[in-house]
Amino acid sequence: MNSELYGTLVFELSRKGRRGCAVPATEAAAGAVHRALPESLLRKEAPDMPMVDEPSAVRHYTNMSTNNFGVDTGFYPLGSCTMKYNPKINEALASSPEIAGLHPFQPAATVRGALEAYYLLQSFLSEIGGMAEFSLNPYAGAHGELTGLMVIRAYHAERGDFGRTKVIVPDSAHGTNPASAAVAGLQIVETRSMPDGTVDLDDLRSKLDESVAAVMLTNPNTTGMFERRIPEIAEAVHAAGALLYYDGANLNPMLGVARPGDMGFDVMHINLHKTFSTPHGGGGPGAGPVGVRAGLEKYLPNPRVVKHLDGSFGVISDSDSALGRVTFWLGNYTVLRRALAYILTLGADGLMHVGPFATLAANYVMNSLNDLYKQPIPGPCKHEFVFDGLLDKSTGVTTLHVAKRLLDMGFHAPTIYFPLLFHESLMVEPTETESKETLDAFIAAMRKIAEEATSRHEQLKQAPLCTPMSHPDETEAATHPKLKWKDLT
Amino acid sequence: MSNTHHYFPHTQDDIDAMLQRCGVSGLDDLYSDVPSSLRMKAPYKLPEAMTEPELRRFFRHLDRRNETLTCFAGAGVYHHFTPAAVDSIVSRSEFMTAYTPYQPEVSQGTLQYIFEYQSMMCELTGLDVSNASLYDGSTATAEAMLMCVAAAKKKNRVLISATVNPIVAQVCGTYARWHGIAIDTIPEHDGVTSLETLEDMLGAGDVAGVILPQPNYYGIVEDFSGVSDKIHAVKALMVMNCVASTLAVLRTPAEWGADIAVGDAQSLGMPMNYGGPYLGYMCTTRALMRKMPGRIVGATTDASGKRVFVLTLQAREQHIRRDKATSNICSNQGVMALHTAVYLSLMGRDGLREVNEAGCSTMHALVQKLCAGGQMELAYPHKPYLNEALMRLKPGLSARGIIDKAAAAGILAGVEVAPDLLLVACTEMQSTEDVDAYVELVKNMNTDE
Amino acid sequence: MEKILYLPTHEYIRIEGTKGYIGISEYAAKQLGNIVYIDMPEPDDEVSAGEEFGAIESVKAASDLYSPVSGTVVAVNEALVDEPGLVGKDPMAQWIIEVEMDNLDELDGLLTPEAYAELCAHETH
Repeated sequence: MNSELYGTLVFELSRKGRRGCAVPATEAAAGAVHRALPESLLRKEAPDMPMVDEPSAVRHYTNMSTNNFGVDTGFYPLGSCTMKYNPKINEALASSPEIAGLHPFQPAATVRGALEAYYLLQSFLSEIGGMAEFSLNPYAGAHGELTGLMVIRAYHAERGDFGRTKVIVPDSAHGTNPASAAVAGLQIVETRSMPDGTVDLDDLRSKLDESVAAVMLTNPNTTGMFERRIPEIAEAVHAAGALLYYDGANLNPMLGVARPGDMGFDVMHINLHKTFSTPHGGGGPGAGPVGVRAGLEKYLPNPRVVKHLDGSFGVISDSDSALGRVTFWLGNYTVLRRALAYILTLGADGLMHVGPFATLAANYVMNSLNDLYKQPIPGPCKHEFVFDGLLDKSTGVTTLHVAKRLLDMGFHAPTIYFPLLFHESLMVEPTETESKETLDAFIAAMRKIAEEATSRHEQLKQAPLCTPMSHPDETEAATHPKLKWKDLT
Repeated sequence: MSNTHHYFPHTQDDIDAMLQRCGVSGLDDLYSDVPSSLRMKAPYKLPEAMTEPELRRFFRHLDRRNETLTCFAGAGVYHHFTPAAVDSIVSRSEFMTAYTPYQPEVSQGTLQYIFEYQSMMCELTGLDVSNASLYDGSTATAEAMLMCVAAAKKKNRVLISATVNPIVAQVCGTYARWHGIAIDTIPEHDGVTSLETLEDMLGAGDVAGVILPQPNYYGIVEDFSGVSDKIHAVKALMVMNCVASTLAVLRTPAEWGADIAVGDAQSLGMPMNYGGPYLGYMCTTRALMRKMPGRIVGATTDASGKRVFVLTLQAREQHIRRDKATSNICSNQGVMALHTAVYLSLMGRDGLREVNEAGCSTMHALVQKLCAGGQMELAYPHKPYLNEALMRLKPGLSARGIIDKAAAAGILAGVEVAPDLLLVACTEMQSTEDVDAYVELVKNMNTDE
Repeated sequence: MEKILYLPTHEYIRIEGTKGYIGISEYAAKQLGNIVYIDMPEPDDEVSAGEEFGAIESVKAASDLYSPVSGTVVAVNEALVDEPGLVGKDPMAQWIIEVEMDNLDELDGLLTPEAYAELCAHETH
């Protein structure tokens, strides 16, 4: 890391007269905009963009990248985020000059390869999810959730059943579930969790009536527990005329073990950036394909890739029964290519190991630490587990302190203070791509922190001590927001 | 089954040791809670694993069946030049393999590029505040619509101009239908939004927001003089959907008096990639910033007084507000915001203007030549345009026919708007030879038919 | 005569004749921590008993604000626009909105200071 450049903004490197690239343009073009448009339609001043040369810009951003932690940098046990290894061949195949120049509206006959790639991934995901068909359009997990709920609304609407305005979610659900339901125009009803984190079937039954459009579940749930009564849940939901929605956030441990469609789910989404190894990119772009069981295909959003009887592929953009359109075109194509490459690299056999290995890693870490950290739910867990802070609470060391101290030790922190079921939630998801040595190093770090909590807790509470920055003033940031370069002066 | 795939680090010894720690004898025991009736009985019906060379061959075979055409199509997606340095930076795995920057101590890289991105989008739109990005231009516009309704509290109607890109309007329509928002379309008159009708529609009351395009779907740069005052007079918000690249030269949303600017940033040098990923941008005023969806990064100081960056205004977001959040968005288009920031850094002030001048100059030359050929004319000859225009074809010619025949000759002639209307766009990427080849092709078509 | 009553959602109303000053209780202020923003209505807006009139945000939490009474907003506490943190320091002095009440009978349904204190004692367990 070049400490001289730490935190310097690209605007601060700007000097009048420098430029970062040469634009292909003819001399005739100079002044073309002013000749074509009246002054009243033009902006008064040019935007104040940085003026930097290419070497300086490259060094600036390269240095910036060294202030970041990624899966390639180290262990990233962020619960519910499935930070597995992002294979390099997927990156190599994701984008290429051949596909960079494909316009979404070019004739289907000139993009046969792209359409076949879509169709293949649709059918592969259908097989893995146990669903009849997938739409790859949604851009992220939250977008998939929203789209899936719209599928459900379109289904009820077509049957003339307009009274179904509620969605039931467990009280352990991720915040996206209620937010997606609200955007889809549905009201949220929470159902209670049992002490082991699974759904309280009696409570659920008491809330199922003709006003319920859907029940949304993750399985395993957000505490890492499998809903073992899922067949009964599905039966109760269907008996009430509602549909069962599978939030694919936790699909990873189910690979090779069980398929959501076989569990009785009607609609699901998959976070390709979790289970199918596409990179998270610091928060996108992702992909949240939505799958449906047989009978619900026609509600999937426009446009859809279809295979004609003659074996050729086409795009349908104007199906009336569809819920509508939720994207500009067919989703994040380069993200979808990565997922396709991942499935083909692992193949049918390799995919069978993903879930069991992820579950093994989580159970191994949990069983190596539950003598020092409070395990609120008896195991075995699935791909992730929750600790409710340290066993010994007398020192006042909280989950936040543990998380920050892990940063000092070269690990990314687990997910903290989620799920909301416990006060000191610390949620660990190691994934199947971490070696035993890495898991052992993490276990050692967690044990050392537990030891520090007794021996030197006042110092521990100051963590992180070794990161490039620490203890940002978040209250000031939110009270008097400075959100752009010009707010700083 | 072999478990020694190169993505799995575990040796058999590792597995045995780990199982032992868990107190079980086999992997199956960890799934004892999954009813056997639900367990998979056989592997997936999927292809066998491929090695890297096999996979490359597979993709090469797929990609050979695509044809990259000389692009004269736009309609929201434009073929621009991307400096190689952009890809080089964006593909750095420190950026690519990070998650949302929840731990600022180890995420300053991501946080800083988002802050730079926000600063640049504010420069382009002239508005006070930008978020960290949304999915694409169509969903960003739908989010703006939700924001109008949320800000207006009790009003539930949004007006959208007929000259907005129809796909953007369709996405808004989908969100509106299920969310319970009433959308009315402001009719067009001579290729632009009918401002007279807009005034009548505002008078009917209960309007929360108005969505207007710039340039519009036909490539026309519309004149919105006085429009913001009328919209604000009924306490509604003015949303402008703008092609990001053109913001460098056109009068800004802020100068028009808009409250929210949204659109797709694909035109800022993002590869077309058959539909994505692109990036939806959104900027707004200081007054509305706490109603804005998506992540926002702010500057603050750390314990040592150093300037640092953090996610801020988080109380708006889904993980805190749950069903009361303005939006359900979590992640957005992360590295595409980096793509935009690096692109804009390299283009700088002059490069962006030159991109617009080149596209504008080439487009006007093409239109002149096409019109001179006699096969097409401008659909709205008296309206100003920048780098895209709607062409009306002479009887006997069809947009579909031209597109198909041009495709056979390696040219993407444009986008069909109606059987006799073709939407054509230029950027800095088409050479004089490309333009002449297009003109020649159309000329010959006339004699074909 | 000054009288203070509460809602179970932790808003208080201090009554002066037909005027009411609405804010959040000391208990709620403590729970929220550092307050960074208060979403307030504008003067002349109508508020209704039991319905939201705004929201209060800390760095990582947000709560809706409910009105104990129906009426018209006479004033908002402008000092909180720049310095919302004042509420945390002295919530009883830093009221959020001043309301001209429509119906004094609505006060009968509110909690007395004693009843409210009991409610808070239960919540902390």
